[in-house]
Amino acid sequence: MSKQTENLIKIQHSLKRRNRSEARFRWYGRLAVFIGLAAVATLFFDIIGKGHGAFKATYIKLEVHYDQALIDIDNLTDTEQMIAGNWQALPKVALREKFPNVSGRSDKRRLNNLLSSGAGFDLKDRLVANPHLLGRKESIWILADDDIDTYFKSWLAGDAYAARLSSKQVQWIEGLHQQGLIELQFNINLFTRGDSREPEQAGIRGAVMGSLLTLVLTLMLSFPIGVAAAIYLEEFAPKNKWTDFIEVNINNLAAVPSIIFGLLGLAIFINFFHVPRSVPIVGGLVLTLMTLPTIIITSRAAIKSVPPSIREAALGMGASKVQMVLHHVLPLALPGMLTGAIIGMAQALGETAPLLMIGMVAFIVDIPGSFTDPATVLPVQIFLWADSPERAFIEKTSAAIMVLLTFLIIMNTSAVWLRKRLERRW
Amino acid sequence: MSIKDTTAVPVINKNASINRQTIAPKIASGHGLDVDDHKVTVGQSFSERAKMTMRNVNVFYGDKQAIYDVNIDIAKNEVMAMIGPSGCGKSTFLRTLNRMNDTVEGCRVEGDILMDGENLYAPKLDVVELRARVGMVFQKPNPFPKSIYDNVAYGPKIHGLADTRVDLDEIVESSLRKASLWEEVKERLHQPGTGLSGGQQQRLCIARAIAVSPEIILMDEPCSALDPIATAKIEELIEELSQNFTIAIVTHSMQQAARVSHRTAYFHLGKLIEVNPTEQVFTMPEHPLTEAYITGRFG
Repeated sequence: MSKQTENLIKIQHSLKRRNRSEARFRWYGRLAVFIGLAAVATLFFDIIGKGHGAFKATYIKLEVHYDQALIDIDNLTDTEQMIAGNWQALPKVALREKFPNVSGRSDKRRLNNLLSSGAGFDLKDRLVANPHLLGRKESIWILADDDIDTYFKSWLAGDAYAARLSSKQVQWIEGLHQQGLIELQFNINLFTRGDSREPEQAGIRGAVMGSLLTLVLTLMLSFPIGVAAAIYLEEFAPKNKWTDFIEVNINNLAAVPSIIFGLLGLAIFINFFHVPRSVPIVGGLVLTLMTLPTIIITSRAAIKSVPPSIREAALGMGASKVQMVLHHVLPLALPGMLTGAIIGMAQALGETAPLLMIGMVAFIVDIPGSFTDPATVLPVQIFLWADSPERAFIEKTSAAIMVLLTFLIIMNTSAVWLRKRLERRW
Repeated sequence: MSIKDTTAVPVINKNASINRQTIAPKIASGHGLDVDDHKVTVGQSFSERAKMTMRNVNVFYGDKQAIYDVNIDIAKNEVMAMIGPSGCGKSTFLRTLNRMNDTVEGCRVEGDILMDGENLYAPKLDVVELRARVGMVFQKPNPFPKSIYDNVAYGPKIHGLADTRVDLDEIVESSLRKASLWEEVKERLHQPGTGLSGGQQQRLCIARAIAVSPEIILMDEPCSALDPIATAKIEELIEELSQNFTIAIVTHSMQQAARVSHRTAYFHLGKLIEVNPTEQVFTMPEHPLTEAYITGRFG
């Protein structure tokens, strides 16, 4: 056998082995991707399965009589009268009229418990918006209590959960259902209200506004500072021990557990500078500290990826260093910088731990309107609801997670879209 | 008018002596060619119509010396070619002329480099002004990722050379014409410059450089990334440009140096070995190292 044939046999032999290992490697890759996708799918399936119910709420239709004598008011513009008015009597009387046979103290209380404890105030708001209703009667859908809501939804799904209801309440609901006076409607409260101890009245508006205000501040602070730092370090700073030291520390900061930033914010911003606690200002400042390293690192990478020939071309034309950066480097690096910024913002949006340290974990009912109003943020709201004992908060928690994930998906998609769009311009 | 016609360039160091006897055997044996045998640049390094004057120029990168004691003049409206083996310092030398070496960390230049008698490395000199007066074309075509128009208009814009849009249009057109690119791109001035072919991109870079009407144009191997046809066009262009500009060109191609330049400088391991009219360098080189290089014994 000649040397050539001998080698050929060896090569063919090894070829089989190599092809096998290559195929095996491809399968490992596919398996990894599949496991990742399966994990994401399970997460979404679970959350959507649990949370979709929260987008509907149970309403009961009743005939309400806006009786001046009952509420004890005669002037809707008199603030004192409005505050003192007996608004809770409105739904109670309406229920009593609907179920005239109910007697006895405990039965009456159970009857009243069909409706949300905030029903009277909802009717007050309606009256303020429509003053001509005073003294008149109206058929209107009124928000049901969370226990009723939980029962009604599970009953419709064929798996009735009546543990927290009396048998009479169950009868009343069935009666209402036969008359078509109880139904699920879109849960507008989830999007228009702030937090509440009553699950049926709790909404994520306050948390969304808090997140928005906090993120706006974070972006306004961290993007300019981060980009300026990146440009200085990449284009202007001399390469010496000091810049190496700074670089190592920026990379370290990116890996510091976020709760440490919370402690830092507590010590510096609240205790030393006396920024009020629980407000978006202090939240934004802390998240800025947390996002800065991410933005600096991604911005530096984006600046580094601009070919040096462009810099030479600009300098060779007699552009000053600042002109070189502003006219050529920055426009080319911007897509990468924006991507980094959006990813940093998405990270900040989902951050909980540092905010616990600076009091943004408080129970806040009012919707924040400015940077100095007490606020909480979406992930903290999720934490608060997950911690609440009421059963109805389970689906609320999942619904809030869905809203948070939606924001994250929008931000990450826009990062990809923005990058593609800006890159195409060149 | 060109240097080729006026052979009366005064030569100062004609008496530079080299020991042919010691070098010749080394060249013949093909190894051990020692640049230390070289003491003084031979040939006609100096000119009385000097645009650029360099005296005792040394360039260091950190501790490493890249250029040793270079003395040379570049005359007005001359095309000066710099040739030599890789790493001989010819690009470094070119980049000292518009202080592009400033951007290199740890680079230090010693000696005097004068343009019209003005020291380029004087503390009060502004590099921005210098680079407007000494344009540069790089090895790889590097148009800005902007439109063809914006590429050419960039220099005039940042230096404020055009007062009106019409002026700017005029500068762009005339620069593109001088770079013989106008006919090819006049229909698509607002398309990206990066969409042009390699040769066109390099001519665009030349148009960009001449748009600010520099006095000197430095070219660092401008054709090394181009095919022969594009190269021929650029060479033709260099010939035309030498009517109005002083050109210093670094090239790896000896044929190119022979075709486009009036004088040729031969660098070897950071030392300027020989400067002579191009014809002489390629027919009767004075120094054995030059001879060895142009006959292809190394490089």
